[in-house]
Amino acid sequence: MSVDLQTVKRVARLARIAVSEEDAERMTGELNAILGFVEQLNEVDVSGVEPMTSVTPMEMKKRQDAVTDGNKAADIVANAPATEENFFLVPKVVE
Amino acid sequence: MSDLTRLTISQARAKLRGKEITATEITEAYLSAIDRANPALNAYVAVTGDKARDMAKASDGRLVKGEGGALEGIPLGIKDLFGTEGVHTQACSHVLDGFKPHYESTVTANLWADGAVMLGKLNMDEFAMGSSNETSYYGPVINPWRRSRLDTVVMPTTHQGDGGFVSASGTKTQRSLDNAQLVPGGSSGGSATAVSAFLCAGATATDTGGSIRQPAAFTGTVGIKPTYGRCSRWGIVAFASSLDQAGPIARDVRDAAILLKSMASVDPKDTTSVDRPVPDYEAAIGKPIKGMKVGIPKEYRVDGMPEEIEALWQKGIAWLRDAGAEIVDISLPHTKYALPAYYIVAPAEASSNLARYDGVRYGLRVPGKDIVEMYEKTRAAGFGREVKRRIMIGTYVLSAGYYDAYYLQAQKVRNLIKRDFENVFAAGVDVILTPATPSAAFGIADEDMAADPVKMYLNDIFTVTVNMAGLPGIAVPAGLDPKGLPLGLQLIGRPFEEETLFQTAAVIEQAAGTFQPEKWW
Repeated sequence: MSVDLQTVKRVARLARIAVSEEDAERMTGELNAILGFVEQLNEVDVSGVEPMTSVTPMEMKKRQDAVTDGNKAADIVANAPATEENFFLVPKVVE
Repeated sequence: MSDLTRLTISQARAKLRGKEITATEITEAYLSAIDRANPALNAYVAVTGDKARDMAKASDGRLVKGEGGALEGIPLGIKDLFGTEGVHTQACSHVLDGFKPHYESTVTANLWADGAVMLGKLNMDEFAMGSSNETSYYGPVINPWRRSRLDTVVMPTTHQGDGGFVSASGTKTQRSLDNAQLVPGGSSGGSATAVSAFLCAGATATDTGGSIRQPAAFTGTVGIKPTYGRCSRWGIVAFASSLDQAGPIARDVRDAAILLKSMASVDPKDTTSVDRPVPDYEAAIGKPIKGMKVGIPKEYRVDGMPEEIEALWQKGIAWLRDAGAEIVDISLPHTKYALPAYYIVAPAEASSNLARYDGVRYGLRVPGKDIVEMYEKTRAAGFGREVKRRIMIGTYVLSAGYYDAYYLQAQKVRNLIKRDFENVFAAGVDVILTPATPSAAFGIADEDMAADPVKMYLNDIFTVTVNMAGLPGIAVPAGLDPKGLPLGLQLIGRPFEEETLFQTAAVIEQAAGTFQPEKWW
């Protein structure tokens, strides 16, 4: 399978990355080189093989359903580019 | 006093405990070495001199009282991927501009609890995506190793015999360093360079497809990627969560064992952290390997592999055989599919993990006319080319209609890769010996690799299988190529049998020796 310029632009939109016409053209070639490389996986007979879900067999650890952490809103917003009263500020979303 | 930066961790540990040196002295020695070398090598992206001095002072207080921890007073460098409280943590990406976490990663917290001193944060490929440390926002790291050439010099008869090889005709050959700058490998290129160039006693690193072992091999250092689950991933910037593992890069096998013992832990904050006590890895060093079964996988003999890599591999086989190991030929039939499967699984996980960099909660924000444009402009400006490429691949293979063909197929192939290893281990093989990389370090801005991303990816051909199967792997220096560059061998072990790797790597190290670059910086 290979991608065309339109697909690259659509994927860039899905990934929320702005691309110029020039970027999209360059990426089309690069992505096709990578997709061409991974194509060989189709030769592998995977009938009856389960997809891997966990690399080491282990039981998912569960913790007590209890509040163990919190009250650190100021810490959480400390690295944000724009905040007000411990809220993240973003451009207007709802008209 | 001799140069304190030349001491291995085990040597420094003995001198610190014996009160022959202080943590402050050794820390100052490293800080001034960094000061002198960093403009040339670019290994550190942030030096935390004040913090290092404070930590060293506290260590000295504990050492005086005989209360020092396992790494008391040992100065370390930390890969920029590890969250360090109040200190530069950007995964060497522009998108995390100015980020200073209000928390400490579990691995680094373990090191500080054992008394280690932080010198600063180390350069790396952006988000650990790269094999040459050239994708860093902070510029490439330079390998302290350089190629050397043999020159034939005609000697006036009066000047013969001063160290060069003098032939009967009055000419001599002498080795001189080539000026070409080489990459240290990646993504832990800053860690490898800093350890190799004596800019820290040891360093933390991470490995998703070979990012500890390949740079270790390129710089003549020892690097171990432990079994998935051995080191907590909590507080480490995520790249591909089912593959990422932290581990150390060190100057010798013993130092790597000492560091891993401190880094590894059982951590309730990481649900994939395994519930097993951490063994004393150092105790494995020096144990005989007589009777150990060493597998040699035929699939690792790849087309176009340079002669010197094959020769190195044969030397490794001979050393282990001489030490009493039994050498067996094995087959890992799905080896060739590991790299293509990786280039689906890793980008897919990365595209999800990196969705969080949106200009809202941390790092860079580029304004836009609405929120979507803000996201798109922020991510366009914040991510470098390689990172964008991988996010795009990941987004594509996970998108509607392609998920089964790519991602599901890759995860099935991944199970087959793992099964190959399980079959070999079930047949009694204790450890597998392979080359660590398909070549020695290459030049900065290599044109072939810049033109074709897949060429760069092929650097990880021998290491990536280990991540796909979640196994432990160690790279240990085994010799120099004809141009005087270090080459490494890789040992792959059963899950959670890192001790076997240290035990076997120590045998290789004893036969091969250790390797230091000639100082030019």
